[in-house]
Amino acid sequence: MTVDNLLQKISERFGDRILASDARSAKRLYVDIYPKDIVDIARYLFKELGLRFNIASGVDDFDGIEILYHFSYDPSGVIVTVRAILKDKDNPHIDTITTVTRSAWWIEREIHELFGVEFDGSEDTRPLLLPDDWPKGVWPLRKNFVVPKRDSRKS
Amino acid sequence: MSDRATIPIGPYHPLQEEPEFWKLIVEGEKVVDVDVRIGYNHRGIEKLSESKSFDQSIFLVERICGICSSSHPIACCEAIEDICGIEVPERARFIRTITQELERIHSHLLWIGLAGHFLGYNTVFMWSWKYREPICDIMETVTGNRQNYAMHKVGGVRRDIEREHVSYILTRLDEFLKQTDMLKGAVLDDPVLHARLKGIGVLTREAAIDYSALGPTARASDVDIDVRRDHPYAAYDRVKFNVITQKEGDVFAKAVVRILELYESASIIRQCLDKMQEGPIDSKPKDIPPGEGIGVAEAPRGEVFHYVKSDGTNSPVRHKIRAPTYMNFPTFRETVIGETVSDATIIMAAIDPCYCCTERMVVVDGSNKELLKAQDLIRLSQEKTKKIRDKFGIK
Repeated sequence: MTVDNLLQKISERFGDRILASDARSAKRLYVDIYPKDIVDIARYLFKELGLRFNIASGVDDFDGIEILYHFSYDPSGVIVTVRAILKDKDNPHIDTITTVTRSAWWIEREIHELFGVEFDGSEDTRPLLLPDDWPKGVWPLRKNFVVPKRDSRKS
Repeated sequence: MSDRATIPIGPYHPLQEEPEFWKLIVEGEKVVDVDVRIGYNHRGIEKLSESKSFDQSIFLVERICGICSSSHPIACCEAIEDICGIEVPERARFIRTITQELERIHSHLLWIGLAGHFLGYNTVFMWSWKYREPICDIMETVTGNRQNYAMHKVGGVRRDIEREHVSYILTRLDEFLKQTDMLKGAVLDDPVLHARLKGIGVLTREAAIDYSALGPTARASDVDIDVRRDHPYAAYDRVKFNVITQKEGDVFAKAVVRILELYESASIIRQCLDKMQEGPIDSKPKDIPPGEGIGVAEAPRGEVFHYVKSDGTNSPVRHKIRAPTYMNFPTFRETVIGETVSDATIIMAAIDPCYCCTERMVVVDGSNKELLKAQDLIRLSQEKTKKIRDKFGIK
């Protein structure tokens, strides 16, 4: 399937639940959706179309926390990126897609601790990378996080 | 349950490169649950990259891993080139391909050596690390360094391959292939290894897809994916090679995939040297426009994924990096549970993670009394091999 075929299939299935779409090149497709639709679209891409889940990226942007879910269609080398924007930065939350694929297990834990995003329905919200005594409410990949300067007097 | 014991492994692993903390829950010999804690070596590279210029971030990602120090820069360059829509000159593409394949060979040889050690085949360990030397020598000739090559930049590569070096590279490659034939025979024709590794740590095809496993881990479970063929980058669309897959999904299948890939890699390097034409090696891009880009590359362990977002300044707004082990790691829940402790070592090593299991490993029972010491797990694994050897009557 080319980028156009994939876009057509997704549009037919989800209609006006797709906010915007952009076929940037012959190998890259970007689709914007409402956060509430993520499980449906992930299930469609992963289970029905057989795409592989690459990873999800969190981005702290002006409009809110963006979560980009990257999927690969390997037979034709297309990468589909599904973007959900969580507008409420104080309490961002989205449904977990670990019910669709277990490959999202670790990355949801990571985005949870680094961006403070709640994944509703997730069974495992333990920290993955940060130490257990990391202060609550401090999210290092948010733009307002300032990397502390090292105190040279301490060794 | 009262007869359950926890085996903590880690968090410091002197044998392989990264610290992790494993918790094996065992009932007698059998592993019933497994959990892993990572992050002991978390360096905040994604955050750090946001404060570097695009040129500097290439050097930064090169330091993510000492072994994949060609895959990460290539994927990162690809992501930035995806933003700008730059074409990389033909010759630079071939040079990128050559460094990728050299990296794959030396990484696979490292793994074969370590796997041999875990199984009590220390000769294999010595051989394969010795046979890695010609490859490191070639790498030094091509890039100037045995590791951390500093070879790649946005729009091309930094150094050209001199014409007089080509015959040297071919000679050393022949030397390597001769030794690999012997290594292949020693590993794949050994009845003891067949008995020891077949049917152990099976990752089914369904589980490999569900966990989105990558690289040799997926290919050994009959998932036919390879970034080099599926998302051709560098010069992979100009060379012919086979994607090695196996049906079984056990530890032996993973070893077969890696060993046969050595030959494909050598063949790709030859084709590149043959097809390379003289020409520029750098398209010298100026500014990086606002936008976002994705770059992928097939590292020895599987796909490396980089997402870069730019706002038109000279440093990225966001730089997401995903290494292959990140996806391969969680498959342990499928492969280790239900196996015995003596097999756990080699199963964990089979995906070629940055893992090792010595020194700090202690078996404790409920009262936290030490039952087994550090090297005992490797000893258990080696003893099992010895039992099979005795059964076969091999001294």
